[in-house]
Amino acid sequence: MEILMSILIGFLFMAAVYLILSRSLLRIIIGTGLLSHGTHLLLLTMGGLNGKAAPVLKDGVTDYADPIPQALILTAIVISFGVTAFSLVLAYRTYKEIGTDNMELMKGTEDND
Amino acid sequence: MSLIFAIFTPILIALLIPFLFKRVPKIHTGWFVLIVPVALVSFYATYLPSIMSGSTYIDELPWIPSLGISFISYIDGLSLLFSLLITGIGSLVVLYSIFYLDKKKEKLGNFYVYLLIFMTAMLGVVQSDHLISLYFFWELTSISSFLLIGYWYTRDGSRFGALKSMMITVFGGLMMLGGFLILGILGDTFSIRELIAQTTTLATHDLFVWALVLVLLGAFTKSAQFPFYIWLPDAMEAPTPVSAYLHSATMVKAGLYLVARFTPIFAVSEVWVWLVTGVGIVTLLWGSFFAVKQTDLKAILAFSTVSQLGLIMSLLGIGSIAYHVSGDLVTTYTFATFAAIFHLINHATFKGSLFMIAGIVDHETGTRDIRKLGGLMSLMPVSFTIALIGSLSMAGVPLFNGFLSKEMFLDATLSLQHFNLYAMDTWGILIPIIAWVASVFTFVYSLYFVFHTFRGKYKPEQLPKKAHEAPLGMLVSPGILATLVIVIFFVPNFLGNTFVKPAVVAIQPLTYAVPADVGFTIKAWHGFDSIALYMTLGIFLVGFVLYKLLPKWTAIYQAIPSKLSLNKMYDGLMNFADHGTNRISSLYMTGSIRSYLLYMFAAIIMLLASTLWIKDAFVISFDNLAPIRFFEILISIILVVGTLTILFTKSRLTAIIALGAVGYTVALFFIIFKAPDLALTQLVIETVSVALFLGAFYYLPKLNKHEKGKEDRGFRLGNFIIALGVGVMVTLIAISSHSQKLVPSISQYYKDTVYSEAGGGNIVNVILVDYRGFDTLFEISVLTIASLGIIGMITVRLAKKKGDRKIENK
Repeated sequence: MEILMSILIGFLFMAAVYLILSRSLLRIIIGTGLLSHGTHLLLLTMGGLNGKAAPVLKDGVTDYADPIPQALILTAIVISFGVTAFSLVLAYRTYKEIGTDNMELMKGTEDND
Repeated sequence: MSLIFAIFTPILIALLIPFLFKRVPKIHTGWFVLIVPVALVSFYATYLPSIMSGSTYIDELPWIPSLGISFISYIDGLSLLFSLLITGIGSLVVLYSIFYLDKKKEKLGNFYVYLLIFMTAMLGVVQSDHLISLYFFWELTSISSFLLIGYWYTRDGSRFGALKSMMITVFGGLMMLGGFLILGILGDTFSIRELIAQTTTLATHDLFVWALVLVLLGAFTKSAQFPFYIWLPDAMEAPTPVSAYLHSATMVKAGLYLVARFTPIFAVSEVWVWLVTGVGIVTLLWGSFFAVKQTDLKAILAFSTVSQLGLIMSLLGIGSIAYHVSGDLVTTYTFATFAAIFHLINHATFKGSLFMIAGIVDHETGTRDIRKLGGLMSLMPVSFTIALIGSLSMAGVPLFNGFLSKEMFLDATLSLQHFNLYAMDTWGILIPIIAWVASVFTFVYSLYFVFHTFRGKYKPEQLPKKAHEAPLGMLVSPGILATLVIVIFFVPNFLGNTFVKPAVVAIQPLTYAVPADVGFTIKAWHGFDSIALYMTLGIFLVGFVLYKLLPKWTAIYQAIPSKLSLNKMYDGLMNFADHGTNRISSLYMTGSIRSYLLYMFAAIIMLLASTLWIKDAFVISFDNLAPIRFFEILISIILVVGTLTILFTKSRLTAIIALGAVGYTVALFFIIFKAPDLALTQLVIETVSVALFLGAFYYLPKLNKHEKGKEDRGFRLGNFIIALGVGVMVTLIAISSHSQKLVPSISQYYKDTVYSEAGGGNIVNVILVDYRGFDTLFEISVLTIASLGIIGMITVRLAKKKGDRKIENK
């Protein structure tokens, strides 16, 4: 399963990078969203997927899933949500102020950087 | 007064100068300054008797003791000679500048502060025994010279000349620092005296030649040797006292000092003899040849300085052959060193006076253009006499000191026949010939300088001012120097015994222990069997003929220089530094975020891939894998389909919904892989995110509106290759790192103690708030900052000014 997940994560990364390299701001933010999904899954996969039970104490169960990656991912999810929300509002404001969401048109040139 | 204190006296006095300039405007500031070099010259003169008997002095002031760096003032024959030149000529130049610079029109405070800084720097250079403090003072001369050349900073020419000299001399200075560091590391000491003591072991090291070449680069740039001489003619934009002081008598001789000082270390190498002699002789010929072409009085003198410095340099080179021979030949070649030092003093006297005369002519007629000048002989008789003495001495005519040193120079070049420079038989013959040709040109430009200025027809209509004799005060300094020119001719051996012999001992310590051992005497008359005599006669004859035919053959200059112009090359280099580098950086600094992301991703791919390849790190192992279940495959397929939809859809709404689908699938994965808290959070956050995207969607333009027809295939293909590369690398690294786990997880500890230590059952939550609560604290801060930032972005509006919208809308 870990190998399948690795391939899946690679696919997510590929899609994310492709989107990040495009011109539209919205696509770039979608790309970062995919990138964080890929990263979270990668964290989980690297912790091992063998766990038989959720990491909540229960009598008679010894084979819990690794709780550390889960704690890390929980932190990462919240942070990436904060950043995504911030960049979305930033994109909204940029579009309001500049009138374009095309990254190629937002280049600073020699006269106005 | 300690020797170290003497070095720093001028720079300390310089602190007072601005106050004197402001508070005592009635008295010319130069009179206060004059006290400093006069006091110093008498101070150094007291050392003369004991230096003549062979003793040396040393004084040390620790600077950075932990690194072993200190200011060490070391006085021997060589440094005393230079110190006396610096302070002696310095006194005369300050005196001259009092009459040359107007106390009302000029910023005298600046001028004398720079000049005094320069004086300290030069004294430091010639007396430093520590390489690092030598370098410190060396760069201080570059900086103060830069300030002095740019003294009239409102003129373009001054700024250009100052920058050019700065660039070239600082380049050389940095090279020299490299050489010093190599020497210091090889010898494990930065003291020149200690390095001299271990020169034979140093010479065996591979880096020795590099140190030699780098140190020589410093000397050649400072002393305006070929091809670095180009800054000197442009430095003539400085006030004339500066040209006379820095660019004839002192700073340009710092390179000669350096060569002389390092001769005991480097002369054991053949490269040294080659480079010093060769570069010197080429500079001599080149400078004398192009001096005839100049039409500006100071430019003639600048090229003449270049050429004479080349002469002294080549003599020092020939002198260092003494380290390679034995027996009588040692004395034969040491004679060249003797001649070099003698000519160095002579050059300071006649060139100083000539520069001052050029300044007087400029001051009294308003021009330095030799084509406009003429017939000043009867109007300015005193200046003419001084100029004639200086020029004839420069030309090497009897009755003036230049004759003596020119004869010694020719003798020294002829002595090369005893010793063909390292089996290159032609060299031994070539050098006297080049020297002879250069001397002919020297003769020509000397006559040209003095006679074209003072004889011929007076052209008052071309002169900005009515010509008349200079005030007496201005004539005192050149007068003293011109008197010295004649006095030295008649009593040359007094000079030889007091100054030259101790300096020769310092340069050739292996040959002589005390100055009394140096057995040379300077003779004006060598007898009829001297070859140099006939060479001199030939110089006078051919030189006179060439001078008479001057207008006929100067046409050749029109043909040659444009092709051989080193200034063109320098300008090209500077132009490249200015615009070329700008063009290169604008090639890749496109301003487009996509380019920068491409560089980053490409760099990541290449670094990771090459590391994987070189370390042969890709491992795949099928042990310890979780089994694949049917619905896991199903979820994976949903995830892939969702992602593909985002990639290929034309509609924004579809893209956002597909992103939501991907997010929920991730939540499903979390459920499958036993992570209930993650699944919960992921579901909530994905919902909020999609809502946010939809909110932004309401305001943002249609996804593909501007992309229609613009996004060509190549653009997409390039992106796809990079994206594929990143994806493949992530997969490969994930697989190999999972396949070779080196240590077991530490989570067993948490599982065992979660209830007993922390009193909780949900291990993930206990980790978040108990074991690793700090992470959570700052994650809360992140959310707080993000929400404050969002509020700020939405509510804060800065007042718009016209022209604020600068982003181009193409």
